Amino acid sequence: MKYADEFRDKEIALGLAKAIRAEADPQKLYRFMEFCGGHTHAISRYGLEDMLPKNVRMIHGPGCPVCVLPAGRIDMAIRLAERPDVILCVYGDLMRVPGSQGTSLLKAKARGADIRMVYSTIDAIRIAEDNPGREVVFFAIGFETTTPPTAVMIRLAERKQLENLTVFCNHVLTPPAMQNILESPDIRNVGRVEIDGFVGPAHVSTIIGTAPYEFFAEEFGKPVVIAGFEPLDMMQAILMLVRQVNEDRQEVENQYSRAVNRDGNLRAKEEVSDIFELRDQFEWRGLGQVPYGGLKLKGAYAIYDAEVRFDMHELRVDDNPACECGAILRGVKKPVDCKLFGTVCTPETPMGSCMVSSEGACAAHWTYGRFRDHQQRRVS
Amino acid sequence: MKAYQRKLDIRNGCVDLSHGSGGRAMAQLISGLFHEAFGNEWLARGNDQSAFDVGAGRMVMTTDGYVVSPLFFPGGNIGSLAVHGTVNDIAMAGARPLYLSASFIIEEGFRFADLKMIAESMGEAARTADVHIVTGDTKVVERGKADGLFISTAGVGVVPHGLDLSAENARVGDRVLISGTLGDHGVAIMSKRQNLAFETEIVSDSAALNDLVAKMVEAGGRGIRLMRDPTRGGLAATLNEIAQQSDLGFHLREEAIPVKPGVAAACELLGLDPLHVANEGKLVAIVAPENAAPVLAAMRAHPLGRDAADIGEAVADDHHFVQMATSFGGGRIVDWPSGEQLPRIC
Repeated sequence: MKYADEFRDKEIALGLAKAIRAEADPQKLYRFMEFCGGHTHAISRYGLEDMLPKNVRMIHGPGCPVCVLPAGRIDMAIRLAERPDVILCVYGDLMRVPGSQGTSLLKAKARGADIRMVYSTIDAIRIAEDNPGREVVFFAIGFETTTPPTAVMIRLAERKQLENLTVFCNHVLTPPAMQNILESPDIRNVGRVEIDGFVGPAHVSTIIGTAPYEFFAEEFGKPVVIAGFEPLDMMQAILMLVRQVNEDRQEVENQYSRAVNRDGNLRAKEEVSDIFELRDQFEWRGLGQVPYGGLKLKGAYAIYDAEVRFDMHELRVDDNPACECGAILRGVKKPVDCKLFGTVCTPETPMGSCMVSSEGACAAHWTYGRFRDHQQRRVS
Repeated sequence: MKAYQRKLDIRNGCVDLSHGSGGRAMAQLISGLFHEAFGNEWLARGNDQSAFDVGAGRMVMTTDGYVVSPLFFPGGNIGSLAVHGTVNDIAMAGARPLYLSASFIIEEGFRFADLKMIAESMGEAARTADVHIVTGDTKVVERGKADGLFISTAGVGVVPHGLDLSAENARVGDRVLISGTLGDHGVAIMSKRQNLAFETEIVSDSAALNDLVAKMVEAGGRGIRLMRDPTRGGLAATLNEIAQQSDLGFHLREEAIPVKPGVAAACELLGLDPLHVANEGKLVAIVAPENAAPVLAAMRAHPLGRDAADIGEAVADDHHFVQMATSFGGGRIVDWPSGEQLPRIC
């Protein structure tokens, strides 16, 4: 497969693994957080952990938009979809995300709600055009990468004078969440910050560029390496982080230079800032309220805002108290440290955010890596 | 007096409720369309059942419903699939499939032309697999009560005495053989989904495997512990089932698993794992190590097993993990698929 196989080459991978082993100081711990679910998935799917020395540890961050969506927002969407006049358009991976009391969009659909899986915002436009007598709501979710397509959809709706299309906006932002993780008391109260560097987002950075991460390098003294989602990208980024730590540098480096530059996609950023504005705070499942952590539609676009049109009220649902997602997302605990992991919480019946999507830390570990827990137990 | 005044208008006509009501219209549909396509001595007798002789051995019986959407896909249609699927379920016991039944639930308004094409595909698939469709049923339901057409087939076959393939038979050290590339059927279906338009040259692998199985049994005899066709859930689900039923685990090598570049690319695009994607013309055989080479050679000598491969082995594992050495150099689990939204691929 051209343009993919080149980034999955075993020989190059073994070379990078050798370099990481050679350069990582055995006396030091290297704890790197990969922010994105795409990276988490690549690590697990290709078995990267097996190729890293024991003292280079990857901490799986909160960068999966499905995982961090709070159950209350799912409940709000279900309530909306239960209205007979509404067609709710959602991306497929949202369908099984648990709301409160075992509900999900999939179950609501089975009970009769008109919920349609779409693959792009253009599908939602088509559904709105085909159903002039119904209210079509697009369940918008995702980081900076998926926000521009939602903006384009609103532009198109404007141009086509579609009056029956609105957006239930759940777009979230990466830098505020990274900041929240670094400032979290869980990490501060153990005396020192447990993260020695970040593998920065791939697709998100194609939109926002590398500049927004400079703050982390400067303010928090953390190396950041923006990396692609292919396994060789990851290996190279880890090597670059090891070198920064060894040389006591705290810089933003760009491993993913084939797709990312410093300023990002100016046209996309412009469209987004025309239509969206920051929320004062937005709840992230596992992290709690993140200041400026999400986007909403600007007042000028309120006619496209489902929360306004349908007078939707925020619903709050508490996670299971035994759920350790918050600590796992911050790198303080591992999936196996959670009592629910693999017992009541599995990909079939996810309890917490990290188990919801295949890009979540717990789901990735359960699906691809749990054999290692037993290997370790057998050794000890 | 002639029995039927007017011929079925195959080109422009469609099924209506009268075709399921037991009257002349139904009789005309059955004889004009189904008998025509399936033509054999048992159907010709026009009974509500068929009587036939079976040879020595144990009987094997299976049944399956087919609800695939879309009904026509690259490499086949619901009709050929309904024959292949049931033939393969029988063949996986090491048996020779003999006779099938076919039951049709048709939505009113379904075009005769489409029904004829589907019935003819079934007839052709049955002839190729050397089985006979000897009894059937037709029901017509109101518009909106079935998505065009559902087909249910059942089949019987005979397995020689002494051959007992079963999912609990795998032993530590056994080899895992697959008959060819994975994921072709699922990707072919997905490429034709209305809201998933993407261009691919991949066609479904839908095929009857009974002849391949006969050659394998000839070559491997009692060394073949069990066979399965990895349909829904793909190779991953099949091996996980076997691991549990046989109380062991598997170690696979990703490099050895054949996947067509087009399938790999489509899976990449859709975020799927080819090991989770359905096949309709492939089988997995768990074979004693000393018989693996001759069985693999027999598979490769058959047109439906050209790309057959030895992809790993059964290992002792209380946790029943299916593990895989990735082609990148690490290790991972090949888990049951969960949460994919891939309804109605068969």
